[in-house]
Amino acid sequence: MTKTMTYVEAIRDAQRLEMERDPNVFIAGEDVALIGSPFGQTAGILEEFGPERILDTPISESQIIGLGVGAAAMGLRPIVCIDFMDFIGCCTDEVVNQAAKLPYMLGGQISLPMVIRTNIGGGINAAAQHSQCLEAMFTSIPGLKIVTGGTPADVKGLLEGAVRDNNPVLVLEHKAAGGLTGEVPEGEYVLPIGKAAVKRPGTDVTIVTYSTMIYKCLAAAETLAQAGISAEVIDLLSLVPLDKECILKSVEKTGRAVIVHEAVEFGGFGGEIAAIIADEGFDLLNAPVKRVGAPFTPVPFSAVLEKEYQPSEEKIVSVVKSLF
Amino acid sequence: MKLDKQQMLSLLTTMVKIRDFEEKSKDLMLAGKLAGFLHSYSGEEAVAAGVCSELTTQDCICSTHRGHGHIIAKGGNINKMMAELFGKATGYSKGKSGSMHIADISLGIIGANGIVAAGLPIANGVAFALRYEKKDGVVVAFFGDGATNRGTFHEALNLASVWNLPVVFVCENNKFGMSVSQDRHMKIKKISDRAAAYGIPGVTVDGNDPVAVKEAAAKAVDRARSGQGPTLIECLTWRHYGHFIGDPGIYKDPEEQKLWLSPERDPIARFKTRLLDEGIATQAEIDAIDTDIAKQIDDAVAFAESSPDPAPSVMFEDVYHD
Ligand SMILES: Cc1ncc(C[n+]2csc(CCOP(=O)(O)OP(=O)(O)O)c2C)c(N)n1
Repeated sequence: MTKTMTYVEAIRDAQRLEMERDPNVFIAGEDVALIGSPFGQTAGILEEFGPERILDTPISESQIIGLGVGAAAMGLRPIVCIDFMDFIGCCTDEVVNQAAKLPYMLGGQISLPMVIRTNIGGGINAAAQHSQCLEAMFTSIPGLKIVTGGTPADVKGLLEGAVRDNNPVLVLEHKAAGGLTGEVPEGEYVLPIGKAAVKRPGTDVTIVTYSTMIYKCLAAAETLAQAGISAEVIDLLSLVPLDKECILKSVEKTGRAVIVHEAVEFGGFGGEIAAIIADEGFDLLNAPVKRVGAPFTPVPFSAVLEKEYQPSEEKIVSVVKSLF
Repeated sequence: MKLDKQQMLSLLTTMVKIRDFEEKSKDLMLAGKLAGFLHSYSGEEAVAAGVCSELTTQDCICSTHRGHGHIIAKGGNINKMMAELFGKATGYSKGKSGSMHIADISLGIIGANGIVAAGLPIANGVAFALRYEKKDGVVVAFFGDGATNRGTFHEALNLASVWNLPVVFVCENNKFGMSVSQDRHMKIKKISDRAAAYGIPGVTVDGNDPVAVKEAAAKAVDRARSGQGPTLIECLTWRHYGHFIGDPGIYKDPEEQKLWLSPERDPIARFKTRLLDEGIATQAEIDAIDTDIAKQIDDAVAFAESSPDPAPSVMFEDVYHD
């Protein structure tokens, strides 16, 4: 059974289902309880579960993540929230040096089953400090898992999967996706972490993407189909661990790969994927691996500039066409 | 502190300018003409007006996400500010910053900032540079009550105090960090008490009285300028709207909201009454200020609306400098 839900409703649904299932799950973050988060991602949870299980914190990002680390070390399953991924700059130590490393440094004496929910991306004219996609800063940190869904169903399944995972999982939600609707499985719905999904099968080129770029990639694939190019679109869903097999299997079929993400192209996660394809799939390729990402600048405010900044459907189409 | 007529009218003019700018921006936002986040300073004008009236051109300020008031009070150009809100090429940052990152270095406005409590450590750096270069400027860091729970607040107060930096820390206590009221985000009642932990003076003043704010600022600026180090000033105030324009502010007590917006509490209505009651200004003089400012704001909007959008190439400028 499915139900039509918005992206934000799906996030909410995942959290309440997991809280219902497991009394060790609690939520903490800025403005999460009383007003149910700035974009409504936790609306109604205070009323349903009470103030012991959802807590408004002071503006103290280091403490928020530290709370998650300590509580998870003791066996609770925290969902700690950092509103905008940009603010993770304020608690990088707790994410990178504490959450990611304690289980290893302690020789496996503890696990940290914690979720860090945060939102990424532009499209709402929020400018340089509220629009970044910083995933590549964290994909290079062993010990963290990183998932990101662009549709309501995916965000729900990944979030429930993240809560059940025994590791620190960064869940990247897209702030411009809140009102998007889609069919979402009712009741508990868990997607496996580390598995990509083929969102559109094709034979001529593989487009690898994640988060809300999936929409532009699917639209581009449609346009390309009219031009006689059959594109297979892969939604990674999980950046770490990465489903290499899914990518390589597809490239084996298509012989071409284009990687698309909203984050800056230079130094972006697309580079890692391109390297893996070149390294492990060189013989499969009929054309160079291409990337489509944002230019190497901070995110500009002006709507005119931001539109120019974000990777567009047209850009994806033209880069794909350049391979033929 | 005895202020002359001109000083009093100057405080009023600054407050009215801020209020009109904020009300106009709010209307433009609600009409769909502005995009992004807009954190209104309406209701808090007396803080910026009072503090900045004690600063000279060599002094600097570090502002916040709720920064328009500070920038106007420090002499910022409202045409360029408005154009920035519109994302136009003639804006302070060529359309690249929007409301949250406006700066005018030539005026000592080091900048608004989208990261809560990010301005304080930077203020210390600016103060350090001023002293290093033997300039006798001081730096004001503005921030909210919520910001005082971030580590950067504590790190900055500690360093400024142990190094005797010429900084004035101005906390605008509007009782809320977004939706979380002060009693839910800290145990203490007076934020100025936090100064004790750093061995510096801490005072709490009526942040809706520009003269009270000015007096406290005068003392703190004097202390900073004479090498005695920083002061923490807590200004009790209230933001008239939600956290940003569009936030209904359901977490506010309606009675309290009504009280703070009443002419007895509103910083501008109250100050006008005082000017009249004390015979400092006539109604005609006050009206003339209102009329003049209203025109300036209209002109700023006209300037912004008739300005061009930035060229796409502007996006690539300023990432690095040669
Ligand atoms: C480090 C950081 N955390 C969270 C936010 C989101 N945020 C923006 S303003 C704000 C509330 C700030 O409250 P306060 O410091 O009291 O200032 P006020 O808004 O009341 O002027 C929050 C939580 C942010 N911008 N930066």
